[in-house]
Amino acid sequence: MKANQISAPWGLMSGSTARPQGDRQGMRPKDAPQTPSHEGLFAHLDLAFKRWLGWHKTFAHGVYPVEHKELTAGKPIRRLPFADELIIPLQQHKGAPAVPIVKVGQEVMRGEPIARANEVMSVPLHAPATGVIRAIGLAPTADGPKAPAIFLKVYQAASQDALLGKRCDPEQLSPEEIIQAVQEAGLVGLGGAAFPSYVKLRPQAGRSIHTLLVNGCECEPYLTCDHRIMLEQAESLIRGIRIALKAAGARRAIIGVEDNKLDAIAHLRAHLRQTDPDGPISVAAVQAKYPQGAEKMLIKALLDQEVPIGGIPADLGVAVFNVGTLAQMGELLPKGQGLIERVITVSGPAVKHPGNFLVPIGTPVRFLLERIGITGDLGEVILGGPMMGMAVASLDVPITKGVSGVVALHPEDPALAARPVYPCIHCGECVRACPVSLNPSLLGELAMARQYQAMAEQYLEQCFECGCCAFVCPANIPLTQYFRIAKSINRDAERRRAGKGSH
Amino acid sequence: MANRGIAIRTSPHLNRVLTVEQIMRGVILALLPIAGWSVWQFGLSALLLLVTTTAVSVLTEWALARAAGKGNSLRDGSVIITGILLALTLPPGFPLWMAAVAAFIGVALGKWLFGGLGYNVMNPALIGRAFVQAAFPTAITTWTPPFAPGRFVEPIPSTLTPPFMQPIPVDQWVAGLGFDGWSGATPLALQRFQHVETPVWDLFAGTVTGSAGETSALLILLCGLWLAWQRMLDWRIPVSVMAGAILSALPFWLIDPTLYPSPWFVLCAGGLMLGAWFMASDMVASPVTTWGVVIYGLLIGILTVIIRLFGGLVEGVMYAILLANALGPLISDWTQPRVYGAKQSRQGR
Ligand code: SF4
Ligand code: SF4
Repeated sequence: MKANQISAPWGLMSGSTARPQGDRQGMRPKDAPQTPSHEGLFAHLDLAFKRWLGWHKTFAHGVYPVEHKELTAGKPIRRLPFADELIIPLQQHKGAPAVPIVKVGQEVMRGEPIARANEVMSVPLHAPATGVIRAIGLAPTADGPKAPAIFLKVYQAASQDALLGKRCDPEQLSPEEIIQAVQEAGLVGLGGAAFPSYVKLRPQAGRSIHTLLVNGCECEPYLTCDHRIMLEQAESLIRGIRIALKAAGARRAIIGVEDNKLDAIAHLRAHLRQTDPDGPISVAAVQAKYPQGAEKMLIKALLDQEVPIGGIPADLGVAVFNVGTLAQMGELLPKGQGLIERVITVSGPAVKHPGNFLVPIGTPVRFLLERIGITGDLGEVILGGPMMGMAVASLDVPITKGVSGVVALHPEDPALAARPVYPCIHCGECVRACPVSLNPSLLGELAMARQYQAMAEQYLEQCFECGCCAFVCPANIPLTQYFRIAKSINRDAERRRAGKGSH
Repeated sequence: MANRGIAIRTSPHLNRVLTVEQIMRGVILALLPIAGWSVWQFGLSALLLLVTTTAVSVLTEWALARAAGKGNSLRDGSVIITGILLALTLPPGFPLWMAAVAAFIGVALGKWLFGGLGYNVMNPALIGRAFVQAAFPTAITTWTPPFAPGRFVEPIPSTLTPPFMQPIPVDQWVAGLGFDGWSGATPLALQRFQHVETPVWDLFAGTVTGSAGETSALLILLCGLWLAWQRMLDWRIPVSVMAGAILSALPFWLIDPTLYPSPWFVLCAGGLMLGAWFMASDMVASPVTTWGVVIYGLLIGILTVIIRLFGGLVEGVMYAILLANALGPLISDWTQPRVYGAKQSRQGR
């Protein structure tokens, strides 16, 4: 470890353009968006016209929150320095938590595995920085209760070169080898779901994947990190798509991009035209509408199919991946590297210099906001977007693999104003907003009456907590929160019944 | 870094800022021009009527909410709408004490019996009106001519009838005003019993006789459209009420235009416009589903025409809406949308 080499704290506010040395992804000049050619110009106008007419495909219902994307959409991805201490929760994915393989006091190098995958749907963790393991213990998480985590003290003076594994050409690997490599890289869905990517690629008994949907919708207000990834990392993204196509044995891939990112659509199309005009990858514009980025909504928009109740996309022969995930796949796999950093958007009215940043996993939110700067007091800090993200109770929670952004609001933000809750006035707005066509008005009344079983009969389980109903409700009824609680009560009851049954 | 009192709410952390208060305020605002027109047309009596019903409605709401321990329920403003709407559906010379009874009954029985805002099944203003229609059948079918001279100085004599007294007959008063051929009939009654169709333009502009606020179809249309544009009113309801009325009146008119009114007449005469835009569209008492409101609206339109053409009453909107209100929950239930991923619809469970 070359501890004597000074690693530049790439000053954010100093306006320094110095880029880190070493093998890291940043903005490649040739990958940067080009001005559209004449042929491209026509395609651009065509797209813009169809957007204006509302012709791009979409799903039924949904809502149109104010996007606020202009704050960061034009901000290229920049690096942030390392915090002094990184907090790496063992569970950053759906599935069993990873198991630490390091001891307190052990020095680790950036990129080195520090926790192995537990058997069930789990992925390993890699050190996001060169440093020493200070502790393994409980740390605050966005979910509320504290959870086990590895605390890594960063050697600020170290070179922070990433430790790479076996370099390989993914084209030469077999599908099984790719899937294993994807797991070893610790890849999970970076769009927010944090579902282990290898599980989606693995062929399930009796099912085969024929279509890969690549989710470039990014429908949450404020967030633009996926937008920037499509503009700046198109090459890695396309490489990642090819790798995933091969691993899943799929025939085609469709990149679905919301039509509020016409530059990304044009850029990806131009890129594909130059590199592989007749390939299996295409780009489709979908309507900018929340929650277009939800897996099931994207399937509806692009394929006009619905995932059956109780089913998964694989039942339709479809797998959906976020663009960020596939860009990382294309970047990491050839190098044999693990996932140690991710792109996030830091934005919101309380952020002084909103933008898109490449941050090491485990960076505490406090550090981020201190470096980027805030204006005034903090009223609320949300991990993810404001529609589905989680408000943090403590600024000491870290950025994990599934966090796509940080949105900070002032205490006097209108969104935080206390509004009286009225009884349902049956305006029907929630019914017209729910993307899965539930009747939130009815469900809300049942929830108030604690009729959780009746709610289950009204397809409560289909609610994916998108927040559209609560967003539109003029009576300010916390519908989504009601449904979240009802679902967990029903699941507990289910578990208890199952437990009794087995005795 | 400042970190005091950082909020921990659950998602969504945004809302489309349109509150119940704003919707109610919008409806009140949209009703004001219509109320203004009725005062211009009928003078002091219409004004007194508006003040009485609104004041009694508000007082009743206040008292009952206190009694029910529901705190300050005036804040949402819905009861003001009830008051204004009620006045607009009554004859301009309606005795004030009867109007007060109607307001009290509407709010007490129509709203609080069910538990207050959001729980009422039917439109409170219409409940109030239905009650006085049954209790005071003569007074509620006594009409006065619009634009009476001196209407801003002196109320219509029946307005100030003392409680529990028979209203003073207005015939003499009308005769004294010098109106030629005043029959005391509304355009609807004229059509029904004498097959005289008032020119549709007069109905549209609102220069005819009738309830205080239902005469000007044009004004109601404009105010309603503004509300719909503000997204404070579900446009599907008035549109389907009007469609239902036109479609069901059309065949009769085609068969015998001398006997049956034209669809335009049906649309513009009586309380259909006011009913379609401001009463059928009462969110609380209408179904919540998208197709449910369409069926509900069509039903109101069709029922109105049936009652008008074949029932014992010249006006049918009120009963049509009350009936459809009662069916509202059922209609909602029938028209549950098909859940994403479900094989078949929930309809007819
Ligand atoms: S939170 Fe659930 S019920 Fe509400 S709109 Fe979203 S899916 Fe529908
Ligand atoms: S949006 Fe709110 S007030 Fe309107 S129907 Fe739904 S639950 Fe009721």
